[in-house]
Amino acid sequence: MARTASIPTRIGFTALAWAIALLLFAPILWTILTAFKTEAEAIASSPTFLPQNFTLENFAAVQDRSDYFKHAFNSIVVSVGSTLLGLVIGVPAAWAMAFAPTKRTKDVLMWMLSTKMMPAVGVLIPIYLLFRDLRLLDTLHGLTIIMTLINLPIIIWMLYTYFKEIPVDILEAARMDGAELWNEIVHVLVPMAVPGIASTLLLNVILAWNEAFWTITLTSGRAGTLTAFISSFSSPQGLFLAKLSAASLLAIAPILLMGWFSQKQLVRGLTFGAVK
Amino acid sequence: MATAQTKTLSRIMMAPAVLLLLLWMIVPLVMTIWFSFQNYSLINPMMTGFAGWANYVYVIGDPSFTQSLINTLILVVGVLLITVIGGTFLALLLDQPIWGQGILRIIVISPFFVMPPVAALIWKNGFMHPGYGMLAHLWEFFGLQPVDWFNQYPLFSVIVIVAWQWLPFATLILLTALQSLSEEQREAAEMDGANAINRFYFIIMPHMARSITIVILIQTIFLLGIFAEIRVTTGGGPGYASTNIAFLVFRTGILSNDIGAGSAGGVVAVIIANIVAIFLMRAVGKNLDA
Repeated sequence: MARTASIPTRIGFTALAWAIALLLFAPILWTILTAFKTEAEAIASSPTFLPQNFTLENFAAVQDRSDYFKHAFNSIVVSVGSTLLGLVIGVPAAWAMAFAPTKRTKDVLMWMLSTKMMPAVGVLIPIYLLFRDLRLLDTLHGLTIIMTLINLPIIIWMLYTYFKEIPVDILEAARMDGAELWNEIVHVLVPMAVPGIASTLLLNVILAWNEAFWTITLTSGRAGTLTAFISSFSSPQGLFLAKLSAASLLAIAPILLMGWFSQKQLVRGLTFGAVK
Repeated sequence: MATAQTKTLSRIMMAPAVLLLLLWMIVPLVMTIWFSFQNYSLINPMMTGFAGWANYVYVIGDPSFTQSLINTLILVVGVLLITVIGGTFLALLLDQPIWGQGILRIIVISPFFVMPPVAALIWKNGFMHPGYGMLAHLWEFFGLQPVDWFNQYPLFSVIVIVAWQWLPFATLILLTALQSLSEEQREAAEMDGANAINRFYFIIMPHMARSITIVILIQTIFLLGIFAEIRVTTGGGPGYASTNIAFLVFRTGILSNDIGAGSAGGVVAVIIANIVAIFLMRAVGKNLDA
């Protein structure tokens, strides 16, 4: 515990921490390495660590067999689309709650969070039937609507906790100094609100990208996102191990990179600012 | 600040969000409850009319329901135990003076960003496969018989996969909380002669209690609805050995097209989630100052 640890202690803790971290990372590392192996090498009875015959053919095969790019495009449309739509609806609501709170504001916030408690299976069947009758099954706009609705409470909560930290005094000071409303918005409000909105956007794109329940149940070939695409490989007739690894790597790489760059902001977002 | 004008304005700004969430909550829920009292099958159009409590009697009387209820409980509690205890341990370790802490944080958090179907398939094919999985190689290396994880220990295997995905989340949140603990407080305790165990119980644990509550709350919301991991690994089987409530409703309603019984299962799932929610929301309500 001592902050001024002796060198041997430090080496010990470092070694232990790295060992556990690499163990946790092993499945991802193994997938990355396997993606560049030939099928024969991937399932060889004496496993190799690094690819012996480095190959990119698995990636080409994934694209040929089931059109990775189409599914990736669907994922981008749905996750970005639903996040932007959620922001358009959520920013004004969170803004109003943060700057003009009433006695019921806290109740409204708790109620919004409680809609996240509703299990998806509880509403799956009516949504499925409604979508079937409205011809929304397996469409991108149908999926975007659902994704917006399930993530809206999180968007509002996150924005609320960020907006809450913008001091009201600053707005009043700006007004005193004779700033016009427009200037006030452009020079004071926007710069203070943008970081919070950006973090919210980022986290929600990640959540929507990885959402699997609704994409699996409401889409098939046409509007399938990457989560639905990968789930279709669960059967033994699916891709082989090396190709499956390539497909997996392609599906997780964008979000893994985004997550790495934003992990500091994520804690706040993931806990609605409750842990700082 | 809150003049009549701003009040009206703020109501207008909140209206779309409130209306949408209200609709999202009420319309499907009312429909689920309605269907749950109907004879309604997509396969057999002869089945129509009011069913009374028949669907509920059928669902609750079904042994697979009891089993999936128990499975749901084991799944949620099992994953929570592993992630909270493991996460606390890992957070304490990462909080030590170690080299490369920044990179370690990035490596440890990684599984959280892996989409559930990919996580499940990596474990199923790359790790737990009895033929060419890493674990099979490891077992053979020690002269042991490879284990067919998903057939022999289906629920346990699902727990391992889900815990792997959520351990990073717990670790990251708890680590952040630990790092906000003031240095002076620790040093003072150390000066006063408190040993590591005492410091853990009297300083670190009380400080972490709030973040542990948050971790449990957020994970429970997601763990009650575990679906993709089961869908791509065991398909709920063998039998109903790894079926949870979420998967049972999907199986009854969507795969078997029995809308009535599936809806009754859905209503039961909502009731369970609400019982859990009442407790959790109280805890979180105390912890969050809105």
